[in-house]
Amino acid sequence: MIAVVAPIVGLGGRIVLWDINLSARPGELLVLAGPNGAGKTTLLRAMAGLLPGFASQDPRRVAYVPQGARCAWGMSVREVVALGRVPHGDDRAEPVEAAIVACGLASLAGERIDRVSGGEARRAMLARALATEPDALLLDEPTADLDPAAAHAMMALLRRRTAAGVCVVVVLHALELALHHATRLVVMEGGRIVADAEPEAALPRAALAFGLPYGLNPRAGLLPPAQGDRYGADRSGDDQGR
Amino acid sequence: MRWLSLAVFMLLVASLLVGAAGIGVHDPAILWQIRFPRAVLAGLVGASLGVSGAAMQGALRNPLADSGLLGIAGTAALGAVVAFYWGISAAFAPALPLGGMLGAGLGCALLLGLAGSAASGPGLILAGVAVSALGAALLALALSLAPNPFALAEITVWLMGGLEDRSLMHLVVAMPPILVGISILLRLGRRLDGLALGEAVAASLGVPVPETLRRVALGVALAVGAATSVAGGIGFVGLIVPHLLRPALGERPGRLLLPSALAGAVLLLAADLLARVLPLLLPLSAEPRLGVLTALLGAPFLIRIARKVAP
Repeated sequence: MIAVVAPIVGLGGRIVLWDINLSARPGELLVLAGPNGAGKTTLLRAMAGLLPGFASQDPRRVAYVPQGARCAWGMSVREVVALGRVPHGDDRAEPVEAAIVACGLASLAGERIDRVSGGEARRAMLARALATEPDALLLDEPTADLDPAAAHAMMALLRRRTAAGVCVVVVLHALELALHHATRLVVMEGGRIVADAEPEAALPRAALAFGLPYGLNPRAGLLPPAQGDRYGADRSGDDQGR
Repeated sequence: MRWLSLAVFMLLVASLLVGAAGIGVHDPAILWQIRFPRAVLAGLVGASLGVSGAAMQGALRNPLADSGLLGIAGTAALGAVVAFYWGISAAFAPALPLGGMLGAGLGCALLLGLAGSAASGPGLILAGVAVSALGAALLALALSLAPNPFALAEITVWLMGGLEDRSLMHLVVAMPPILVGISILLRLGRRLDGLALGEAVAASLGVPVPETLRRVALGVALAVGAATSVAGGIGFVGLIVPHLLRPALGERPGRLLLPSALAGAVLLLAADLLARVLPLLLPLSAEPRLGVLTALLGAPFLIRIARKVAP
């Protein structure tokens, strides 16, 4: 469970969060959606305890992956994932290997992170967060540069994490992903939460916030979820990880 | 790592056996009064510069970060020059390394202050250029105001760096701050690893980012400040060493710290040995300056790295 209460938060003379009282429960896949500048990233940073004035979180319990996180050095994928053990101060290999397998990176573990594709680097950043074995995962736009099938696969992967009692909060722009995979959709607009419900119920309000005409017919133009597992090793790895 | 330790040991022994008095041990006084402090200082100074380069590159996430390139060595030299040419160090010997450390500390503080939160990008290099320029200007001012009329010639030679005629007193004065500085930097490995993913991720991993940057600055100030005050300006070691090690050891910053200290010692011991051997082989009137040798070695490296960073 991870909660944030923010009556009012200003950044640079602008009010960015307003009247926020949100808590995500274990086993939930909560999607934060809303137009640019709605305050999603700020809210996620507040949940992660990275915003001034908010209680910092136990880094062993809460893992945070910011938008566009990248590694400054040409470390191997395995070395990057192993950074997830920094909060614990140990070098245990099992959680690292389990996270690598769960994210379908087993064949890439020895590659340099700056030599793999953008989507693979994304998955490495997620694996780094999984290697911490946190209770809560906070992800900012984890699907931003993934193709549609890979985005569905990543959301399915996150969904499987929630089955183990992990609480997952994801900032997303792609409403169809929220519709297919989320258990809860929180819509933000102008720094406030304007809808908080099951995805199907909150979708019209989200479409309104985005100013999208297809909000009237939420299923129009939506992609089906990827068939089967995109990453063959997913399930076995997931089971081992437990 | 084992190879590096072995190389340090063998070069230390070679350093004790080679010198202007010929090869081998003819006079125990030469061995202990002249060659021993010189060899140990070369190792310590090289280790300081190597580990400082590795720590700065890791903390600032920039492969061009180096105490010399970013002006820290310049402000350290300024502090040492002020202590030396105003006669403070004649009255109180530890004033020389203290001046160097103070200068380096102020340089680090200025650098971090100027680079601000965007400590990894071009802002850092610009801040380094500013610190270098300020250090050079103040050094010129200090020289023109120095009470000793011969200061200019002496200081020019000193700034080229070198370890000849260093006594046990130099070693005693410089060793403690160098060792403390190196040990501060060597303990930061895990935090520097966390910083590889940026400051936000590092903070979420529980790395205290501002405190880590302050510790890097403190360690660099102690190690480079004391090293510069005793050896003069020796550039490029901190830049070259981590780059030489990355292909063999990988690029994880924490993993490079101790090997960089050892490889820095190897590099400077070898360069100092070369400086001593060259006059025996070539018709040179004097030893080539140590800082000149490392700069000749380092400049092509800088060009290579710069081309890689900004193609």
